[in-house]
Amino acid sequence: MNDNTKPKETTLSFEKIKQDVLRPMQTHRGLELWIVFLIAVIAVCGWAYYVQLRDGLGVTGMRDYVSWGLYIANFVFFVAVSLVGMLISSILGLLKVDWIAPISRIAEIIAVAFVAVAGLVIVLDMGRPDRLLNVFIHGRFQSPILWDVTVVTTYLVISLLLLILPMIPDLAICKKEMTNASPLLKKVYSILSFGYTNTPQQHKHLHRMVRTLMVLIVPVGLAIHTVTSWLFAATLRNGWDTTIFGPYFVAGAFVAGAAGLVIAMYFFRVNYKLQDYLTDLHFDKMGKLMVAVCLVYIYFNVNEFLVPGYKMKSGDNTHLKELFLGSWAIMFWASQLLGNIIPVILMVNKRFRKPLPLMIISLFVLASAWFKRYVIVIPTMLHPHLPIQNVPDNFKHYFPTPIEIAIIVLSFALALLIMTVLAKIFPVVPICEIAEKEGIDYKIED
Amino acid sequence: MTQKTSDKSRRNFLKSFGVTVGAAGVVSSFSLLGAAKAAAKEPEEMVNLLTADGQLVQVDKNQLRPTVTEPLNELQKRGREGIAGKSFVMVIDLSKCRNARKCMDACQNHHQLRADQHHINVLQMQDSEHTAPYFMPKPCQHCDNPPCTKVCPVDATFKRQDGIVLIDNERCIGCRFCIAACPYSARIFQWTEPKDSEKYKDLTYNIEANVPQKKGTVSKCLFSADRLREDKLPSCVSSCPNGVYYFGDRNEDAVTNGTTGVTVRFSKLIEENAGYTLMKELGTKPRVYYLPPKDRAFKFNGDLLNEENLH
Repeated sequence: MNDNTKPKETTLSFEKIKQDVLRPMQTHRGLELWIVFLIAVIAVCGWAYYVQLRDGLGVTGMRDYVSWGLYIANFVFFVAVSLVGMLISSILGLLKVDWIAPISRIAEIIAVAFVAVAGLVIVLDMGRPDRLLNVFIHGRFQSPILWDVTVVTTYLVISLLLLILPMIPDLAICKKEMTNASPLLKKVYSILSFGYTNTPQQHKHLHRMVRTLMVLIVPVGLAIHTVTSWLFAATLRNGWDTTIFGPYFVAGAFVAGAAGLVIAMYFFRVNYKLQDYLTDLHFDKMGKLMVAVCLVYIYFNVNEFLVPGYKMKSGDNTHLKELFLGSWAIMFWASQLLGNIIPVILMVNKRFRKPLPLMIISLFVLASAWFKRYVIVIPTMLHPHLPIQNVPDNFKHYFPTPIEIAIIVLSFALALLIMTVLAKIFPVVPICEIAEKEGIDYKIED
Repeated sequence: MTQKTSDKSRRNFLKSFGVTVGAAGVVSSFSLLGAAKAAAKEPEEMVNLLTADGQLVQVDKNQLRPTVTEPLNELQKRGREGIAGKSFVMVIDLSKCRNARKCMDACQNHHQLRADQHHINVLQMQDSEHTAPYFMPKPCQHCDNPPCTKVCPVDATFKRQDGIVLIDNERCIGCRFCIAACPYSARIFQWTEPKDSEKYKDLTYNIEANVPQKKGTVSKCLFSADRLREDKLPSCVSSCPNGVYYFGDRNEDAVTNGTTGVTVRFSKLIEENAGYTLMKELGTKPRVYYLPPKDRAFKFNGDLLNEENLH
């Protein structure tokens, strides 16, 4: 780790950028071990899913009252993290914020991995995954689930395009430079580089396409998390029956996504030795961005909890008391303090926006974001309008079982595996874009 | 109420026999046809059978016949259409409920549920700190503006023309959105293999009773739609010993008490007793009406639960 490296713009040449970015893809031994480890984790946890398929969802801690549990909370979290793709490469990109150039691809990799696994997590939660096709055969467009299926798949497709299209010039370089790559991978480079040679005309068309996608993904990105919030807001339950759930979820997603991005940036900076590209400046800017999105999220939290807390309607009364002072208080306050308030206080100081401190803060923010989703989903299910009676004790509480936790680990391992494989076969930092930003001329030969 | 042909009821009777024979595992070693061929033999060999409403009966083995069941598609089709011209309503007189729980037992028998699974649940209620506690049976409210059917992604739960909200567990994908959407906590989920699933596995699925139950799908009160088709009252209504339930047709403006068999005007019953619906502020328009627990026939003898459970 070399945090003190100054950005050495003047010494960068196209050859050096190429070398620095492509080297870790070829020579990083740890990466292969890590992939093997992830596959092992997936295999072990896949067995847990087999048990769930065989014995039914009864192997989870869910019962008739808490009928949505860890899986749904985790689904919301995955969708939230995936929104970073839209925030960084699209919103900031359209605003012509130029420091995002080296990190936008990492943001897209996160977006693709997390939204793909989010779709899978929903299937893991289904009582009858064998009937998945019913959603297409008998789908009712009046159900928010259909909206969710539609926007999740659309977001996945656009995110994939936003990952691959801006990468075409880099893939043309890979095609030429990555001589040690397997034949299959060479084929991938050859197909996905579309014979790009960086003629002015190709350059123009490519940029126009990317720009169109950047515009398109804004409404889709907003929709994906807004619709996810409507799965809850469309019900009549205490704690979910609120009108600000859409923007509240979107704001929270930006926090979780930005934190996830910082962690990934730090990982690539250290492991891929990309200190010259993922510089202190980028962490500093990301820290400032996190302060901004955290403040917006705090604002929504004040609205979401203070307003009903002031009135204490009969249903909300039980629910909010449990959150503020009751059995959920520790998780509720920890997620608010460690995930929002304390990070903001720290990150306004410049020294906490250095790579390592910011990464550590981001770990807390991301973990809190996960627990925050848990606090949004489960307590509401425990506080229905009518009393919970005449059922066994385990219907009145919820605690995830080891099987459930293993299946959640599976989802994380899968998202990490997708990210790792993408980062193994594709350059995580855009070579040509950085060269352009540095004013370096480059040629791509066919 | 109209008469059904005796042919039909006989067929249903035989159906329930045939199905339960194999399931009970009594006639495991030879086929039903084989049993039928031996009809001329002396009648000493009796088998125990479970009828559709949960009674254990003994039958001469020689009289067993293969079943004649209606095909699944026919049951599904009529189950989705409902009974033309009807508009079913239930009235629950809270002043008469003493927590006998015969309704819950009958319901669990009828719909093949475990003791902890409730299509109808008798709750101990206390509306606020200084109001009197009472017992409140709570079936599905069969709302006219049902929050549950709205959110179903596959039209597995739906409302039919006679007002009943049903669930098709041949189509349900187990997403449990309807459970989250129901403000009355009326829906349950088959988290594991349902009770006696092995026994009932060859039974043709009857959407109007939601039996046999299926793992990974949602279930709930159906107003015993299969019994309504035979002009019988729902299981809970006819099993109540205390005259709590009235059930009938809003179009005819008549409801029948399940205990006494007396039929009264629905509108008059509601008007004279200040009938109400649960959580009307939610706009769900329930078809289950409650009469307040006034002039109670029985003293409240439940345990007062802690305050948090009572809103």
